[in-house]
Amino acid sequence: MQSEGLVETATVAPRLSSVARRRQIREKVIAGFITAMAFTGIAALVLILVFIAKEALAIFLDAHAREEASLSKMFLPQVVRAGKPAAFVWQPVSSVPKVSMIPLFIGTLKTTLVSMVVAVPVGVAGALFAAEFAPRRMREILKPTIELLAGIPSVVLGFFALMVLASFLQDTFGLTSRLNAVVAGLGLSLAIVPVIFTVAEDALTAVPRSYREASLALGATPWETAWKVVLPAAAPGILAACVLGFGRAIGETMIVLMASGNAAIVSWNFADSVRSMSATIAAEMGEVVVGSPHYSLLFFIGVELFLFTFVLNMLANVWTRRVIKRLSGAGA
Amino acid sequence: MKNFIASIAAVLLLALPGAARAGTVTVKGSDTMVILGQRWAEEFMKKNPNTKLQVTGGGSGVGLSALINGTTDIAMSSRPMKEAEGEKLRTRFNTTGTEISVAKDGVTFYVNEGNKVDALTQEQLKGIYLGDITNWKEVGGPDAPIIVYSRENSSGTYVFVKDNLLNGDDYTSSAQTLPGTAAVVNAVSKEKNGIGYGGSAYAKGIKELKIKKGNEAIAPSAENIKTGKYPLSRDLYFYLRNKPAADAKAFIDFVLSPEGQALVTKVGYFPVK
Repeated sequence: MQSEGLVETATVAPRLSSVARRRQIREKVIAGFITAMAFTGIAALVLILVFIAKEALAIFLDAHAREEASLSKMFLPQVVRAGKPAAFVWQPVSSVPKVSMIPLFIGTLKTTLVSMVVAVPVGVAGALFAAEFAPRRMREILKPTIELLAGIPSVVLGFFALMVLASFLQDTFGLTSRLNAVVAGLGLSLAIVPVIFTVAEDALTAVPRSYREASLALGATPWETAWKVVLPAAAPGILAACVLGFGRAIGETMIVLMASGNAAIVSWNFADSVRSMSATIAAEMGEVVVGSPHYSLLFFIGVELFLFTFVLNMLANVWTRRVIKRLSGAGA
Repeated sequence: MKNFIASIAAVLLLALPGAARAGTVTVKGSDTMVILGQRWAEEFMKKNPNTKLQVTGGGSGVGLSALINGTTDIAMSSRPMKEAEGEKLRTRFNTTGTEISVAKDGVTFYVNEGNKVDALTQEQLKGIYLGDITNWKEVGGPDAPIIVYSRENSSGTYVFVKDNLLNGDDYTSSAQTLPGTAAVVNAVSKEKNGIGYGGSAYAKGIKELKIKKGNEAIAPSAENIKTGKYPLSRDLYFYLRNKPAADAKAFIDFVLSPEGQALVTKVGYFPVK
């Protein structure tokens, strides 16, 4: 295509200067290099997924593992102690391993839910304030400060949640267990707020000025403009922010490991201690006998986490496309 | 330029056997034993500057699986090796491994110092950790729920309590797991209705429970653990793939020497010799 054109020009003008040719070669090399880089990233992701899936597959292929960790044992209640009702129990290190995923799902759901309930309103409201109402000076201070929050290592946040938040909440509300879903969720929200804030703020500032001017010209107050014009126009970006935050929350390990108490309890009480999927992997991967059913199980949990975020991202993508279509359709 | 590269390569080649000669012994495993292992290593290296010892924690299970995977020379473990682990060692290296008992330790149960309970029977402790007893008033304490702290399942102490107190039954699923004795002690000192277990620990805010046997309450004291009177005492082990040789043997001889055993007492455990 292009190269043919080049050959032709070369025949028409046999003296295509060597400088120009060298430049073309350089361009090609650089383009190739960048392409290679991009594909390396994709290849790495695919290879990681393949590796994790390969380690997890043993659950379905290996006879011994199939017996110990069958799907029914993972997702249906099992009788744990004679004379007790069937229950969901995660106790993989045992003479009779119990491998119910349900307590881990519930634990992950609880901490993620708490963190999203706190972080989404705070992050989005903060972004709206910074983008629409804050005086320029303030905005210049506010933005970098919140983005700095994102740089705090999660170990530090986890330690803060473990020492300060947990004691504070227990003294204030007199909770029975000091470490619980709420403490872990609040610790998580500290890690997610900057993520949501940054992306949402970018989305809000990207809304064309003409929208705001039109709205104000029609007599809307600045508040109405921000709430009913700018926010809906930036909806896809804000949703993307929330999805990013959710992905971070569900996969975050250190904070949950430190501040949730790690007890695999099935209940809807948020003041109970919880054990999340990521914390389970982190806590048990160290001692597990390589190649055992327990080992495959931990990788299987990893695959599940990957699927969760993947499906959520897809749903968000579909929804965003729909919103954009509606917005542009309305414009037309 | 070529000469330069060649000379560097020559230096590297010469250095390699030298690096291999300066013996490095890796010691890995039980978090209970990490501090002890490090003290032994420090003292030993002062005497033998040519030997390098690397001591890391991670849990007894981690140490033993490192031994099985061939990534450590000595595994520290606060529990005997399991049959499955021995089986793996046999199939991989065709050895049965060597077990050396290097110190003794008692598993102590802690409660918050504000708790009026001082002593419990083994049965009561078992009930608490199985989840059958959930309120302090059932064992003579205040009317308050018992908050049970346990260790991650990679910990040797976890396995020891499971085997020796719970007869192999599972812990209650409401037990909150924490990494390390220090974390358990810290949690119990902050939680007035908490109970936890670990190595002997002297910390503010907690008290060690005595174990009732008949009319007697046995404290986890040095004397009681050494004589085996305190029911929950255990050996701390070193495991090797083969018979100790060379640097590893020198190190183990030092550990079992009077000097090495004196360090055991210093760190807060109990000598075997």
